[in-house]
Amino acid sequence: MTFLFYFVACLTIISALFVVLNRNPVYSAVMLVLCFFSIATLYLLLEAYFVAVLEIIIYAGAIMVLFLFVIMLLDLGREAALPKLKKLDKALSLFLVVIIFLGILTLTIWSGGDLHQTLNPSSVGDIKAVGKALFTDYLLPFEVASLLLLVALIGTVYLAKRRVK
Amino acid sequence: MIVPVEHVVILSLLLFLIGIMGVLFRRNAIIIFMSIELMLNAVNLCLIGFSRYHQSVDGQVFVFLVMTLAAAEVSVGLAIIVALYRNRQTINIDEINLMRG
Repeated sequence: MTFLFYFVACLTIISALFVVLNRNPVYSAVMLVLCFFSIATLYLLLEAYFVAVLEIIIYAGAIMVLFLFVIMLLDLGREAALPKLKKLDKALSLFLVVIIFLGILTLTIWSGGDLHQTLNPSSVGDIKAVGKALFTDYLLPFEVASLLLLVALIGTVYLAKRRVK
Repeated sequence: MIVPVEHVVILSLLLFLIGIMGVLFRRNAIIIFMSIELMLNAVNLCLIGFSRYHQSVDGQVFVFLVMTLAAAEVSVGLAIIVALYRNRQTINIDEINLMRG
């Protein structure tokens, strides 16, 4: 199980790198699907079963279909080359990324040893507990989320409508 | 499952940084969108790790809400990209530098 975790973690990182570095948007989208599936596997290994199923249904199912539809609708094709950034832009971006990486790594590793504890098996992830929390403690955020989806639906329809001039 | 929670945090950190690199380096609006999805997933992974660490179900509820937000964000964002492409015939963000339509 431990080996599986690290194997899937490597798979996640590699597919994420392919998403960012690939020139063809369709390949990027397919690699993103692979990334979502491996993240769902990680959720399974961390015993969050409900979230793992949601990850596959929502991300790999709904969101990626939407992405692929738009990519094919726009007929983008392959970029000639990865864009050349100005030297200053590139240096600043890399500096930012490295600073964030080192900062969080430092915080994580030297955090007083509290985080080094291994994760023990638990029964937290079962659907019953999640459902109970969702419909008792988090009922208001749940309803607000449904409102958000309604607003997004209306906004999308309005944006995608062809203007009649 | 014997994995320290810090390894989960470092994995989610790496994913988040890959997402940041995608947003900073790429000029294709759709790839930038995918990178934002990667960053949201990195945060979700971190939340799940800590939910496991604290033996609490709250993190999973937050992940549920983040997924709802991501779905809403993608539908509106892709609609904006389609509208943009219809007006400008490009989604290269270097060429889209005017706020007025």
